[in-house]
Amino acid sequence: MANITMSPADAAAVQGAPSVRVRSYWQNVGYRLRYDYLTLFFGAMVILIILSAIFAPLLAPMDPYQSSLINRLKPIGYKDFLLGTDELGRDILSRMLYGGRISLTMGIVPVLIATIVGGSLGIVAGFVGGRTNMIIMRTVDVFYAFPSILLAVAISGAMGGGIVNGMLSLTLVFIPPLCRVAETATSQVRNLDFVEAARATGARTLSIIRVHILGNVLGPILVYSSSMVSVSILLASGLSFLGLGVTPPEPDWGLMLNTLRQAIYINPVVCAIPGVAILITSICFNLVSDGLRSAMDVRL
Amino acid sequence: MTAYILRRLLYAIPIALGVSIVCFALVYIAPGDPLQTILPEDASAETIEMVKKAYGFDKPIPVQYAIWLGKVLTGDFGLSIATGRAVTDDLFKALGNTMLLATGAVVVAFSLAFVMGLVAGYHAGGPIDRGVTGIAVIGVSIPNYWLGIVMVIIFAVELNVLPATGMGPRGSDTFNFWEWDHFRHLLMPLVTLSMIPIGIITRTTRAAVAEVLNQDFVETLRAKGLSEFEILLHVVKNAMPQVLAVMGLQFGYLMGGSILVETIFTWPGTGFLLNKAILTRDLPVLQGTILILAMIFVATNLVIDLLQTMVDPRLKRS
Repeated sequence: MANITMSPADAAAVQGAPSVRVRSYWQNVGYRLRYDYLTLFFGAMVILIILSAIFAPLLAPMDPYQSSLINRLKPIGYKDFLLGTDELGRDILSRMLYGGRISLTMGIVPVLIATIVGGSLGIVAGFVGGRTNMIIMRTVDVFYAFPSILLAVAISGAMGGGIVNGMLSLTLVFIPPLCRVAETATSQVRNLDFVEAARATGARTLSIIRVHILGNVLGPILVYSSSMVSVSILLASGLSFLGLGVTPPEPDWGLMLNTLRQAIYINPVVCAIPGVAILITSICFNLVSDGLRSAMDVRL
Repeated sequence: MTAYILRRLLYAIPIALGVSIVCFALVYIAPGDPLQTILPEDASAETIEMVKKAYGFDKPIPVQYAIWLGKVLTGDFGLSIATGRAVTDDLFKALGNTMLLATGAVVVAFSLAFVMGLVAGYHAGGPIDRGVTGIAVIGVSIPNYWLGIVMVIIFAVELNVLPATGMGPRGSDTFNFWEWDHFRHLLMPLVTLSMIPIGIITRTTRAAVAEVLNQDFVETLRAKGLSEFEILLHVVKNAMPQVLAVMGLQFGYLMGGSILVETIFTWPGTGFLLNKAILTRDLPVLQGTILILAMIFVATNLVIDLLQTMVDPRLKRS
C-alpha cells in the first residue's frame, strides 16, 4: 500500500503536475498579509490588548478589588485614579486591565472549542454523508433556528450565572454555524478528482481527511471562526451585563458597565468607559478577520 | 413551485419540533428540582409527592413533553412563578411592543444602509467606499447596550431632551405612535437597536451592488447608451432580493435579540420580560418567551426563503 502521508507539494510533484505556481497557498496568504498594513496594524493592536490582559498584574496601578468608601465615583484623573473610580471606589483602569482577562477569555475560548468541535462534526458530516450527515446537520439546524443572543440567554438563563455556564452557552451558540461552514466546504471538496485519485491509490480515510480535506477546508473554517471572536466578545459581555456570565466582584467589562449604569446621573463619563474597551477590542478583531478573509481569498 | 413550497413547509416541521424540545429541556438543565422554587423548604414528603403529581412531574419525561406540547399548541404556557398570572397574557402584550421596536429599527436601518451601501458599491475602492465600510465595521462591532448607555448619558442626563426609560409618559404601558409624548420614548431604543442591522445591511448592499456592476449585462446597458442613473436602477433591481433577504433575517434577529436594548431602556417588550424572568428564575416565563421568539425566527426564515425563490427560481434548493 502506498504511503500517502506526504505534503500536498510532494503529492503534486509525484503526480507530475507542472508547477506553475511558485508559492504554495499558505505562502501566498502570508505574502498578501505582509503588505496589508491595515490588517497588520489591527493585528498588532489585538496582540497589544491580549498582552495587556496577560500582564495586568504588572500594569495595573492598583488592586482591582480594593474598594474605598471615600473615593467612590470619582472623575477621570482624580488623585492617582487615571480613569476615575467605580461605585465602590475601586480604580477603573486597574479593573479594566484585569477585566480584559475575563472578557477576552470568555470571548475567545468558546470560539476555539466550537471551532474544534463544530469543525470536526462538519467535516465528518460532509465526508461521510448519508445518514450520519442527516443526523448531525438536522440537529445543528435546530440550534441554528435560535437567534444567537437568545440561545445564549436561554441556556445560561436556565443554568444560572457564572463564567463556566456563560462559556458553555456561548460554545453551544457557535458550534452550529461552524459546523455548517465545515460541512459545506467538505462536501464541495469530497467529490473532486484528487480525492477520488487518493482513494484509488489506496489511501486510508484518515489520511485523506488529514491531507486532502483539511488542507482545503481549514481556510474557510479559520476565517469564519476569526469573525466569530468579536461576536463572542460582544455576546459574553452582554451576558455579564445582564447579570449572567461573570459574577461580582470579578472585574469584567460587561459587568462593569452593568454596575456603573446605576451611577449615570452622578458621574456619566466614567460609566461609559468600560464600553470603550469592548468597542475597540471588537473593532480590532473584526478588521483582522476581514484582512484574513481577503488574504485567504475565502468566500463564505 | 407548489411542490417546493410544500417541501419547504414540511422541512420546517422537524425544526420547529426540535426547537420545542430544546425549550422544554431548559427547565431540566436548570440546577435543582424544577419544583424547588414553589415548594417551602420544610415540605413533607407527601406534599412533595402531591405537588409533583399536580404538575405532572411524576410521569416519564417523554410523556411530560407530549403533555406540555399539547398545552403549548393550545396557547397555554402555564403560570408565571413570580406573578401567578398566565404567561400568555404578559407574553403577547410584550410581543407587540418588541415588534414595534424591531420593525422600526429594521425600517430605519434599511433606509440608511441601502443608500450608504449603494453609494459605496457604486464607487467601490474609492474614498467614499472606505468611509462607508468603516461605518459598517463600527456598526457590527459596537456593543449596542453600551451605545444605549452613552445615548442616555448624552440625551437624557446631559441635555435632558429625551426620556431615559419607559414607553410613554407617567409609566404608561400602552403606546401611541402618533403622539409626540409617546414617540419620543421610542427614539433612543430605535436608534440603538438599528446599529447592528445598519452595519450588516450596508455590507450586504455594498457587496451585492459591486458584484452586479461587474456583470456583463451592465456593459451591454452602457453600450446601449443608457444614462448612469438608468443603469443604477437596473443594478438596484438585481441587488434588491439579496438585500431584502438579509433585512428580513435581521428582523428575526432583532425580535429575538432585543433583550439588552430593552433592558437598558426598560422597554416593556419580550426582552425585558426575559430579563425579569432570569432575575426571578421564573422558568415558565423564560421557556414560553424563548419558544415564541425562536418560532418567530423560524417562521421569518421560512417566509424569506419562499419569497426569495418566488422572485428568483434559480435559488430553489432541494
